[in-house]
Amino acid sequence: MSRRRISLRQELPLLVWLVIVWGALWQDFSPGNLLFGALLSVAVARLFYLPPVELSGRFNILYAVPFALTFLAKVVMASMQLLYLAVSRGPRVKNAVVAVTLRSHQDLLVTATGHVISLIPGSLVVEVDRSTSTLYLHALNISSPQDVENLKNEVLSIEAGLIRIMGTREELEILRTEATA
Amino acid sequence: MMQIVLAVTAVIFSLAAVGAIIRISRGPSLLDRVLATDVLLAILGGALCVDMAVNRHLNNLMLVVAISIIGFIGSVTVARFVADRREQPNES
Amino acid sequence: MSPDSTGLDAWVDVLSAVFMIVGATMSLGAAIGLLRFPDLLSRMHAATKPQVLGLFLLLASIGLQMRTWWVWPVLLVAWIFQLLTVPVSAHMVGRAGYRTKHLHRELLTSDELEAVVQKAAAKAAREDGSGDG
Repeated sequence: MSRRRISLRQELPLLVWLVIVWGALWQDFSPGNLLFGALLSVAVARLFYLPPVELSGRFNILYAVPFALTFLAKVVMASMQLLYLAVSRGPRVKNAVVAVTLRSHQDLLVTATGHVISLIPGSLVVEVDRSTSTLYLHALNISSPQDVENLKNEVLSIEAGLIRIMGTREELEILRTEATA
Repeated sequence: MMQIVLAVTAVIFSLAAVGAIIRISRGPSLLDRVLATDVLLAILGGALCVDMAVNRHLNNLMLVVAISIIGFIGSVTVARFVADRREQPNES
Repeated sequence: MSPDSTGLDAWVDVLSAVFMIVGATMSLGAAIGLLRFPDLLSRMHAATKPQVLGLFLLLASIGLQMRTWWVWPVLLVAWIFQLLTVPVSAHMVGRAGYRTKHLHRELLTSDELEAVVQKAAAKAAREDGSGDG
């Protein structure tokens, strides 16, 4: 095999995820079933080889839990706001396409940020420029330059949250210098 | 109480489905129709979830997942197809 | 499992009933948004709502009603599948919609992508011209 081997540590999140899916599909979390799922997931990861996702090697669960909770709160808020907009404003709604340049150049982080933004109703990724890691968002109910600024700040704060969870040390350094400046 | 909840959600889901079907039939473009079909599938999945919650079984859970994946594959395929077909006349 | 309407059990029932009704309302909101918003990209915002929050609430109500722990991982996996697929399809449809001009320009207060797209199109046209000779 001429392909570059990736270490087990990098592959571990994928394997754990596959085992969880296996258990969930059988709706059976007994040790024997999980063991068989683990064997199967190793076989799958070896046979159906995909380009490895480059993880930064750190994952901070202390930041992940509050991030997930604020994400849920944001989704609820935005959904209610969208419901109100659909009923009250309807056809007269104003939109904007906004470019946001992210700090990170990692594919995984850019993708994760785009996912989180798209999942919050009211903003949507239309186009991605990978070379400069710029997201072009279509956002609902943007009527003034102030709203555009608010949206950009929110996107950057989401990205900051994701960097704290799983960014590299360099990105954390950027965050720190930004905070002090 | 669960019977009342079932009736209320049934009415809400029916109204939502009617709205999505109106958009499918009226939708000015193909993408509008795809989007409305996606929403209709989501409504169907939601209705299955309510049925499972009220009657306390899990028989349809994988069906809900399958429905969402079908919606995903369908809209991605159509979106790619539309983007490819429309670009050619614009260029020439 | 007969519903003895005392204490915790009743509260769990009430909570799941609220979840179900709010989750169903999300679908209705999406339908209203589909009917009332003016262009494709605004409608897309409405469409993501029942798929994310609505499904979350309905799955949570299933979990509350079943009252066994092993359904929660199953429901979580179902929801995470949804979270992974919804933005991708929304992005694909949105991108196709933007490129095929399915939006009303007069409704946009600012468009920071248009200049970039035009520049790229001009560059592509130039390269096509030089490639043909």
